[in-house]
Amino acid sequence: MLSIKDLKAEIEGKKILNGLSLEVKAGEVHAIMGPNGAGKSTLSSVLAGRAEYEVTSGSVTYEGKNLLDMSPEDRAREGLFLAFQYPIEIPGVSTTNFLKTAVNEKRKYLGLDPMEATDFLKMMREKMDYVEMDKSLISRSLNEGFSGGEKKRNEVFQMAMLEPKLCIMDETDSGLDIDALRLVSNGVNKLRNKDNAFLVITHYQRLLDYIVPDFVHVLYKGRIVKSGDKELAKELEVKGYDWIKQEVEANS
Amino acid sequence: MSDTQEVDIIDQVVSQEYKYGFSTDIEMETAPMGLSEDIVRFISSKKNEPEWMLEWRLKAYRYWLTLEEPNWQNFDLKPINYQDIIYYAAPKEKIKLDSLDQVDPELLKTFEKLGISLSEQKRLSGVAVDAVFDSVSIATTFKDQLYEKGVIFCAISEALHEHPELVKKYIGSVVPYTDNYFSALNAAVFSDGSFVYIPKGVRCPMELSTYFRINAENTGQFERTLIIADDNSYVSYLEGCTAPMRDENQLHAAVVELIAMEKAEIKYSTVQNWYPGDKDGKGGIYNFVTKRGSCEGAHSKISWTQVETGSAITWKYPSCILKGDYSTGEFFSVAVTNNRQIADTGTKMIHIGKHTKSRIVSKGISAGKSHNSYRGLVKVNKRAENARNHTQCDSMLIGDRSGAHTFPYIEINNKTAQVEHEASTSKIGEDQIFYCNQRGIGTEEAVGLIVNGFCKEVLNQLPMEFAVEAQKLLAVSLEGSVG
Repeated sequence: MLSIKDLKAEIEGKKILNGLSLEVKAGEVHAIMGPNGAGKSTLSSVLAGRAEYEVTSGSVTYEGKNLLDMSPEDRAREGLFLAFQYPIEIPGVSTTNFLKTAVNEKRKYLGLDPMEATDFLKMMREKMDYVEMDKSLISRSLNEGFSGGEKKRNEVFQMAMLEPKLCIMDETDSGLDIDALRLVSNGVNKLRNKDNAFLVITHYQRLLDYIVPDFVHVLYKGRIVKSGDKELAKELEVKGYDWIKQEVEANS
Repeated sequence: MSDTQEVDIIDQVVSQEYKYGFSTDIEMETAPMGLSEDIVRFISSKKNEPEWMLEWRLKAYRYWLTLEEPNWQNFDLKPINYQDIIYYAAPKEKIKLDSLDQVDPELLKTFEKLGISLSEQKRLSGVAVDAVFDSVSIATTFKDQLYEKGVIFCAISEALHEHPELVKKYIGSVVPYTDNYFSALNAAVFSDGSFVYIPKGVRCPMELSTYFRINAENTGQFERTLIIADDNSYVSYLEGCTAPMRDENQLHAAVVELIAMEKAEIKYSTVQNWYPGDKDGKGGIYNFVTKRGSCEGAHSKISWTQVETGSAITWKYPSCILKGDYSTGEFFSVAVTNNRQIADTGTKMIHIGKHTKSRIVSKGISAGKSHNSYRGLVKVNKRAENARNHTQCDSMLIGDRSGAHTFPYIEINNKTAQVEHEASTSKIGEDQIFYCNQRGIGTEEAVGLIVNGFCKEVLNQLPMEFAVEAQKLLAVSLEGSVG
């Protein structure tokens, strides 16, 4: 589904990604871990298409297409979804209205007619139940005055509504208490299937107790320096990142 | 987002092709260019006006001669040469118009093109329209049906003949010609406009609407609207306007007077879309309008709602004089400026009666190199016990070359008054736009969504028939304002 080859990217002349390669297949969950400043958030920003990041070399192929050639909105319409670390507030725009626009823009892109209002509301209700979204949140302005946990749950709800193929979760666990973490993870687990894939970016192993990954990668200095299964995450939790840093320094 | 990128994005700003910029080729009768007592007499005689009306016009003209253009506004106004303006332009009438069938088909086509259908079968249901083309009213729809209810809705030039006692009593009673430079000019040369009278106890059965169209070159538009709502009556009135794209600035100096008697309510909505000029600021309408309502009776209410997207310069303060005890004044405003447009707008709420209430909600959106000022006065007179005001004034900036300014004036002469003022300034964030992009919503759509969300409180005030139109207009005015 996703093939990243030797990706190099920078922001305002500062090199962040230094030859990152990663293969993700449908049905897989990959966790990306790493110390602060390793390039985790840059990776999600580059994949989603934030303009301020410049890709200097390498390639990203998504579903057989060159992802880097696409505008951010087309990437989204092609099924790439980023659950933001800090979801944005849009005053005066209800979550319902926002999602109706998003869903219909995607349908337009795919050559489909806009959804009937009644069908859309039915879908909203079903998905809300599915991810245990609080109904009162969706008539309020998008993320405005939401708690950290509510914002993250809203991200998962949007994910459910847009039915993406590739979900990138950027430090979704940050700022969540244990109950909120469980709710968010439950939602994500329900959305996992053989046709979609997840890229879970996180600092801590804790989230991976709930969203169990097939692969764990350690990102350091803009490259993946170690890959393994979920046991690697547990090892990191116990030993920290220093031993990996030392390994990298020794090899270079 | 880095500075250079933001500049790049703003550089991509292109003026959206103004949809209503066409002109109609029609044989016109015009007054000679320039302004003099003779021109004032010419206009008055064209309208076949009673002597008292001419006298009033002449007094206004002589007073205007003693005045100088105001200079306190928050923008530079190039001196206007009042001798370079044509003060009267009307499509040539071959015969006296008795019905719509006799209206020049060119004119009907023009209004069709603007989305205003005057022909019987295609009329917007539930809305009566008075169509004003340059200096004259072309047609008023549903006039007879309204008249059955006692509602008078016609051109003011017609009201002068049919209902002179009402016009004489109320014209200039809220906005006297001595009020300001442009109101004096308007009183001297106004050519047409709408007149509305709602009798006691009548709830006007449909929305009333006037559509103003400037067509002729080098002309000014000086209409005058007078709305009187008698005791216990209700009316909702909407005005719309457009003009062709021309390189010179054209002056629009209108006067609107509203009078609400006891327990009467007037809702006055404006969707202003005069030609804004091109992206470099060439051409466009100078929209210098005096709008004021008087809540004469107890428990009366006047609401102004305006969506201002057009004009090179918008300069107006629709105001309420709250004379009646327990009367209410409201002002809901969205002003959008893009490219080189300027808006200096707001309201005045003058509390005179006891227990009077006013509410102000102003949303200013500035994009491109435009400047958008809110200027508002809340005044509580000595005897206005228990007056209440709440003002909310929000500005949104798009890009980093536009300006938002706020000038609130508060004068309180009674210590029982409660006056609240809230203000905020925000910038439409690249983060907000990216968030929308990431959900599959393109940038233009995203700006529309965010701006409409920002203005929601005001747009909700518009009559339903026009709210959708206004939303689209907002999106169009800002098209190209973000890369």
